[in-house]
Amino acid sequence: MEYLDFELPIKELEEQYDRACNIGEESEVDVTATCKQIEKKLKEKKKEIYKNLTAWQRVQLSRHPNRPYTLDYINAICGDTFLELHGDRSVKDDKAMIGGLGKIGDQSFMFVGQQKGFNTKTRQYRNFGMANPEGYRKALRLMKSAEKFNLPVVCFVDTPGAYPGLEAEERGQGEAIARNIMEMTRLSVPIIVVIIGEGASGGALGIGVGNKVLMLENTWYSVISPESCSSILWRSWEYKETAAEALKLTAEDMKKQKLIDEIVKEPLGGAHSDREGTFKAVEKSILKSFEELKNLSKEDLISSRMDKYLDMGVYKD
Amino acid sequence: MAAAWFKRTQKGIQTPTEEKKDVPKGLWYKSPTGKIVDAEQLESNFYVSPEDGYHVRIGSNEYFQILFDDNKYKELDKGLSAKDPLSFKDTKKYTDRLKTAQDKTGLKDAVRTAVGKSKGKELVIACMDFKFIGGSMGSVVGEKIARAADYAIQNNLPFMIISKSGGARMQEAALSLMQLAKTSVKLAQLAEAKLPYISLCTDPTTGGTTASFAMLGDINISEPGALIGFAGPRVVKDTTGKDLPKDFQTSEFLKEHGFLDFITKRSELKNKVNLYLDLIQNQPVRA
Repeated sequence: MEYLDFELPIKELEEQYDRACNIGEESEVDVTATCKQIEKKLKEKKKEIYKNLTAWQRVQLSRHPNRPYTLDYINAICGDTFLELHGDRSVKDDKAMIGGLGKIGDQSFMFVGQQKGFNTKTRQYRNFGMANPEGYRKALRLMKSAEKFNLPVVCFVDTPGAYPGLEAEERGQGEAIARNIMEMTRLSVPIIVVIIGEGASGGALGIGVGNKVLMLENTWYSVISPESCSSILWRSWEYKETAAEALKLTAEDMKKQKLIDEIVKEPLGGAHSDREGTFKAVEKSILKSFEELKNLSKEDLISSRMDKYLDMGVYKD
Repeated sequence: MAAAWFKRTQKGIQTPTEEKKDVPKGLWYKSPTGKIVDAEQLESNFYVSPEDGYHVRIGSNEYFQILFDDNKYKELDKGLSAKDPLSFKDTKKYTDRLKTAQDKTGLKDAVRTAVGKSKGKELVIACMDFKFIGGSMGSVVGEKIARAADYAIQNNLPFMIISKSGGARMQEAALSLMQLAKTSVKLAQLAEAKLPYISLCTDPTTGGTTASFAMLGDINISEPGALIGFAGPRVVKDTTGKDLPKDFQTSEFLKEHGFLDFITKRSELKNKVNLYLDLIQNQPVRA
């Protein structure tokens, strides 16, 4: 397990706890009381830390190296029923964007989502979760297929941004994202979006238009990452914490601004500290959202989705 | 002078299409990597060489056996056979070529269509046979595929085409070309009816088939190591003067470039096809 700077007191207590247990095992000393005490302290410390996270700390948590990624969720939720589908039918199979069919209970869903890697090799293979135009086009192809067969769509968003590359521009990164956003506004099946990590700008919105948009507790979603914002507006990377606060990019802030629909609580200590618990929470939220959407007519699904986005924006008249 | 013995006087080794065999006859089969396989063992292993995983070219008989439960199926439009509208003659008369192919293969033409149960649910399959004039597509192939698609539409069944073809049949010229459009019309109607269409591209799927039904599946899938492409590798090489990548036009290459949803081993084919159908039709997944 890796620890973020503000998690270090937790690491210390966990090490203390392990040491105490070891002493207990190796000697005759009864350490149960001590262990219990440390355990209690640990829980209190976790509560204390996680109840008072700053925006920047949430950004850090959203990128925690042990945080579950898209395929982890899908495999945990769908098990053997997941059938991955590849390709944009045009240029390439984008490894940073995955998709396929799977079951939750008796219901088939079409899943799409950005995929990050879990070590250096797979991070490169997945291009750090930064999709190229072909990734967005693959996602759209799969969503269209879901629409054809009247299946609901679930999108997992976790990207530091769409890939800013030469070839990405040649193949029309902007066009690909634009097309997805527009087509998603008028797709005739339920779309449930879950921000599971980073929701960076157009790269996120390119698979992010939905009837229900959920954000896990320790994720961020905004027009730019705090680092880039800091470097552009403050002309230095030093102001990322300030930028993170200013951007109002946490789940709570996004909910307050009515830009997302729901927050999915993470287990104490964050998604990475209890992956199974996180998978369960996400599965439950998807099913709850689907229950609310499944009986809506195609027309209502589209018009309510369109109205939701039409209402966004703050201005003086 | 002895070296001259080894010089090939004729460029390329010519094998008449009729002599190309799909399924190895006899007791032993030698895979391209040199592995020797017992023919019976090969059959029980889905015609895949057990040691190197090489997928031997097979025909409609074998695919039907693999996909339909207990090898039970009803063949559709069995009697349809080719005419010779252009009185075509190359080194041989087209009518003679047809007759030779029919006698040799016992097939009427390069596709067979059938309906049967796969994992207990009905499925319409059109499967091409390469051993019939290189699996070439003329009027008969087009018509049989169109009628099979119609059967699927009328009976509300999913449809699958197993492509294995050198392309359009030259002996029927533009009539063959228009089968690309004809089969595409039917696939459009099938799509209108919201019925799933699976395209399985097998070794080889080239020319006109890739420019029509083979690439139009709700999912396009393939087997490992299959050749799939529009223009043949030799033509591409000669035209561009460039060396081709080692895996050029293999199914793996096609998947990497975004044209295949997945590649499946033949042993997993029936499972994967039915899993897809259950998922896309929102039905319980069959064991």
